Amino acid sequence: MKVTLKVWRQKSASDKGKIETYKLDNVSEHMSFLEMMDVLNEQLIGEGKVPVAFDHDCREGICGMCSMHINGEPHGPDRGVTTCQLHMRMFNDGDTIYIEPFRAKGFPVIKDLVVDRTAFDRIQHAGGFVSVPTSGNTQDANAIPIPKPDADKAFDAAACIGCGACVAACKNASAMLFVSAKVSQFSLLPQGKVEAKRRVLHMVEQMDKEGFGNCSNTGACEVECPKGISLENIARMNREYLKASLSSSE
Amino acid sequence: MATLDAKIPEGPIKDKWTNHKNKINLVNPANKRLIDIIVVGTGLAGGSASASLAEMGYNVKAFCFQDSPRRAHSIAAQGGINAAKNYQNDGDSIYRLFYDTVKGGDYRAREANVYRLAEVSGNIIDQCVAQGVPFAREYGGLLDNRSFGGVLVSRTFYAKGQTGQQLLLGAYSAMNRQIGKGKIKMYNRHEMLELVKVDGKARGIIARNLVTGEIERHSAHAVVLASGGYGNVFFLSTNAMGSNVTAAWRAHKKGAYFANPCYTQIHPTCIPRSGDYQSKLTLMSESLRNDGRIWVPKHMDDVHAIREGKLKPTQIAEENRDYYLERRYPAFGNLVPRDVASRAAKERCDAGYGVNKTGEAVYLDFSTAIMRYGKEKALVEGEKNASEARIRELGEIVIESKYGNLFQMYEKIVDENPYKTPMMIYPAVHYTMGGIWVDYNLMTTVPGCYAAGEANFSDHGANRLGASALMQGLADGYFVLPYTIGDYLSNDIRTGEIPTNTPEFDEAEKAVKDRINGFMNIKGTKSVDYFHKRLGLVMWNKVGMSRNEQGLKEAMQEIRQIREEFRKDVLIPGSANEMNPELEKALRVDDFLELGELFAKDALERTESCGGHFREESVELDGPQEGEAKRDDKNFAYVAAWEWTGDPGESIVHKEQLEFNDIELKQRSYK
Repeated sequence: MKVTLKVWRQKSASDKGKIETYKLDNVSEHMSFLEMMDVLNEQLIGEGKVPVAFDHDCREGICGMCSMHINGEPHGPDRGVTTCQLHMRMFNDGDTIYIEPFRAKGFPVIKDLVVDRTAFDRIQHAGGFVSVPTSGNTQDANAIPIPKPDADKAFDAAACIGCGACVAACKNASAMLFVSAKVSQFSLLPQGKVEAKRRVLHMVEQMDKEGFGNCSNTGACEVECPKGISLENIARMNREYLKASLSSSE
Repeated sequence: MATLDAKIPEGPIKDKWTNHKNKINLVNPANKRLIDIIVVGTGLAGGSASASLAEMGYNVKAFCFQDSPRRAHSIAAQGGINAAKNYQNDGDSIYRLFYDTVKGGDYRAREANVYRLAEVSGNIIDQCVAQGVPFAREYGGLLDNRSFGGVLVSRTFYAKGQTGQQLLLGAYSAMNRQIGKGKIKMYNRHEMLELVKVDGKARGIIARNLVTGEIERHSAHAVVLASGGYGNVFFLSTNAMGSNVTAAWRAHKKGAYFANPCYTQIHPTCIPRSGDYQSKLTLMSESLRNDGRIWVPKHMDDVHAIREGKLKPTQIAEENRDYYLERRYPAFGNLVPRDVASRAAKERCDAGYGVNKTGEAVYLDFSTAIMRYGKEKALVEGEKNASEARIRELGEIVIESKYGNLFQMYEKIVDENPYKTPMMIYPAVHYTMGGIWVDYNLMTTVPGCYAAGEANFSDHGANRLGASALMQGLADGYFVLPYTIGDYLSNDIRTGEIPTNTPEFDEAEKAVKDRINGFMNIKGTKSVDYFHKRLGLVMWNKVGMSRNEQGLKEAMQEIRQIREEFRKDVLIPGSANEMNPELEKALRVDDFLELGELFAKDALERTESCGGHFREESVELDGPQEGEAKRDDKNFAYVAAWEWTGDPGESIVHKEQLEFNDIELKQRSYK
């Protein structure tokens, strides 16, 4: 396959940035998108140019490191995948492909396609945990039976990989899907219920501080989420938040 | 030759850890506030260690090269975590987990460490459940288990095919709690490039800020390396692209012995490679061998027809399939340990029975399991006369609930539906059992420098059992290191903060800067990947699944050659004072090019076969075990710990003799 790439190049956070055009002549449909980017970079190095910086690590769709806005969609045109799992067979010979970084106020660009997502970490610092010591001297793991449907739902919420596609997809750059996934995981489990109120209040407060927008129920986040995190979680978080706001003593 | 003191406590094996904990020195809570600890790596070992040490009161500085600690490669572990809970009442016990691990490791692990690992395994599950880790559960609300290779019990806890992710997020959440309190200072996008020693003790690191390129000094009273394994020396492996040996190798060059580098795990169930552009290989969890049956066609005609696309695997009749693991190992069948399963796949493919174009693939088939589960589910749902199609449909639902994400991952990569046609798999480099030598306290041969998780060598011998890496990472980080490090730090309560404006830090920083400038100034003609791929090819062909004297000697020579070329001709674009992924890779590959040679040297000197290390010269020639790997306990029941002398080919070996008092040394049989 031959493809034309329109890639966002930006030297540093303070640089203005612009789109550059590159042509690749020998792309296999079995390549992953990032392997295609590797080929581009080898070509650029060969030409004495600076390769495109992009985030990636596990290349199997679980670490959440890869990002990229491809043809206007976070993680590109396929569903239920991260960019590293996107394959070139999703494109046609002769296609022009636009590649940009995730765009959001909360995710400033560091270089080229690399963005700073530490805002997500800070939201987790605010309450994304159960306050138990790590001594192992807790009760036996089977002491509290948990109904399977609750455990399964908690797992589904916990499957979030923190990639930020939800924010990049949202016209408000809202982080509600990400935050609600963590809030839901814990609110569905008995271990997380004890601190449920302060958790949701603190995490939402931090989310607002980081400059993420509000949810207006467009649902783009759910469509683009590589792990299928459901909008139900946002509804659950809103309930938890309301409950906590009305009854919390904090 | 210096003798290595493993510091194994006295007494019966079941009392060693308890007695040791009772005897070692502690640091009182007020004094812990005066002590700094650096932790490099935030996977299961580093993440859990950082959280635990901070919670105990130490000031922790944690480093990871990723953009968040949550992305460390432990996240990619799929299948599960072992623990001797005996919830299934199938005869499991601490002793049995200990025994299985030592046997699975082909009797090349340290007994006392393995026993301790088994002993604390149950606590890990308690801890993780308390943290809100959503493990799989039965309808009664209790935890579910499954089986992994090399054992006859069901002791593996799991969260679908994302167990590593859930456990890591648990450790990450424990870290977050401490970061929020200011007890952990987190350094994302930082890479350790040098260990700093003061008066012979590890007192800090030099790290590069990967965003700005700035070289930074960080001091502490102790340094914990939890930087993972070195499988990427093969270029293609199931490791993440960034996984590297640099932190461990830098410590090695500062005096930490490197143990058993040749012990590498080649995992049997990975997606076969498809082309030269391939950047990594993807694992299909071992848990799939619970329900998947591995086979190749019995007849060569069928093999050819399949390769030419004239025949589909589903069209081959049952009697014309060779379920070679079930045939060769009736007792363990498809659940033999990884090294055995990998070699068996290679044997069939070398004999010409591989089922894809490259001849390097075998089938992993779920049709039997789909029908079995389907029948069961039909009965449960009250459908007594369900049609075959209906049974298949129900069976696929059950398989989906167990392995859904793995099947999806396979389909995305290969573009085939594994519910309808068997998966194609082939072995790939996955894990390294070798690593930095540590004593019972997890301290390296550099005082104050510790190694935990995959970065150390201690628990898995020559082959790791499935679902044991997660167990070891968390055991080291949550339950071992937090105790043992206090024994050392109790001498440091009056030391005060370690200054960084000293000659030792000056010198270390200068060495790092000189090295980086050296690479930037080569301005050669070839990219870093060009050299890394060449190194990987030599490693795979000559130091891979089967090794011989001639090949290993050639490998040492060729790796040395590649290293010399690399240092003359590599091209790194951009500058050192900015985010520069090519520079990051160059520094890592430079270390791999030294490690690779030591790796081959270690494999050359160990003329026995054991676990994942298979020497073609050492095979059983007759008897019931004919063709199986042959160990040589008389000459090789030791840990080979290598000391750096300035050149990897000239490294000096120190031997730690392994003593087996609680398990009888005998041939591993899975027949």
